[in-house]
Amino acid sequence: MTTTHDAPPAYEPLPEDADLWTAKIRRKLVRALPPDRMVPDRQPAYLSSWIYIFGALTMSALAVVIITGTLLALEGPAWWHLSTVGLFVNSLHLWSVELFFFFMVIHLWGKFFMAAWRGNRTLTWMTGVITFMASIGAGLTGYLSQTNFESQWIATQAKDGINAIGAGAFFNVLNFGQMLMWHIMILPLAVVALTVLHILLVRTKGIVPPFEIASPEGGAHADATAETAGGEG
Amino acid sequence: MFASISLALGAIFNLMGSGHYIHWGFVQISVANLLVIVLMVVTFFAAILIPFRHKSGGKS
Repeated sequence: MTTTHDAPPAYEPLPEDADLWTAKIRRKLVRALPPDRMVPDRQPAYLSSWIYIFGALTMSALAVVIITGTLLALEGPAWWHLSTVGLFVNSLHLWSVELFFFFMVIHLWGKFFMAAWRGNRTLTWMTGVITFMASIGAGLTGYLSQTNFESQWIATQAKDGINAIGAGAFFNVLNFGQMLMWHIMILPLAVVALTVLHILLVRTKGIVPPFEIASPEGGAHADATAETAGGEG
Repeated sequence: MFASISLALGAIFNLMGSGHYIHWGFVQISVANLLVIVLMVVTFFAAILIPFRHKSGGKS
């Protein structure tokens, strides 16, 4: 119900504040990221397939990776090598990474065969590609950060490959301190920031419709936009 | 308790031995990695083929 007496939305500034930089930024943010699209109550009917759950599953696995990684960073190598709780959390970190890649690869296959870059979604696709590559780097530096014989073996085996692509001068897999910093600082920041950007793009552009109901521009026909309650999938 | 569970799981999966590999020409892959790839393919097709049941009450 809308009447002329409705109060303006809370994000609208007072008339005398309209030119303040805070008001301008707020208006731009609300225009770029409409709140009703960020956390919708209903999804298009074409999302009623299990193939659409793998993005959310990947995010869930990433959350466990970050939480267990934070615990490992708090306690240190002696804890994760020698105590039973530490061994358990270390195993959770490994298996959540396994599931993260497992779900992400199925998400990738699903989106590839849907040509999910259709309908002006190129940036959504590319942020996913770059997140995947950053995750592979995070996985490699994770193996190098275990502080055991396996990590030493992998470092000595990987150095020739890294040198062969010309990156050895600034990315030295034999430099444990550098690899640990990449693993617990640079790459997690990159993966999480890219994931947030990826999700914001998915929410603003919408989830790509299947081929048979897509318009030539990649948008969905009206009969496909009937909505179903609930979250993704 | 934890030690007995570890022992039981360790008895099922022997993680102490050397890994098993499959060789096919210049292709070499560990059985564990091949198993993960097969599981991903099976899960992918299962996700496409298994009907998705959603609760009634939606508009669709």
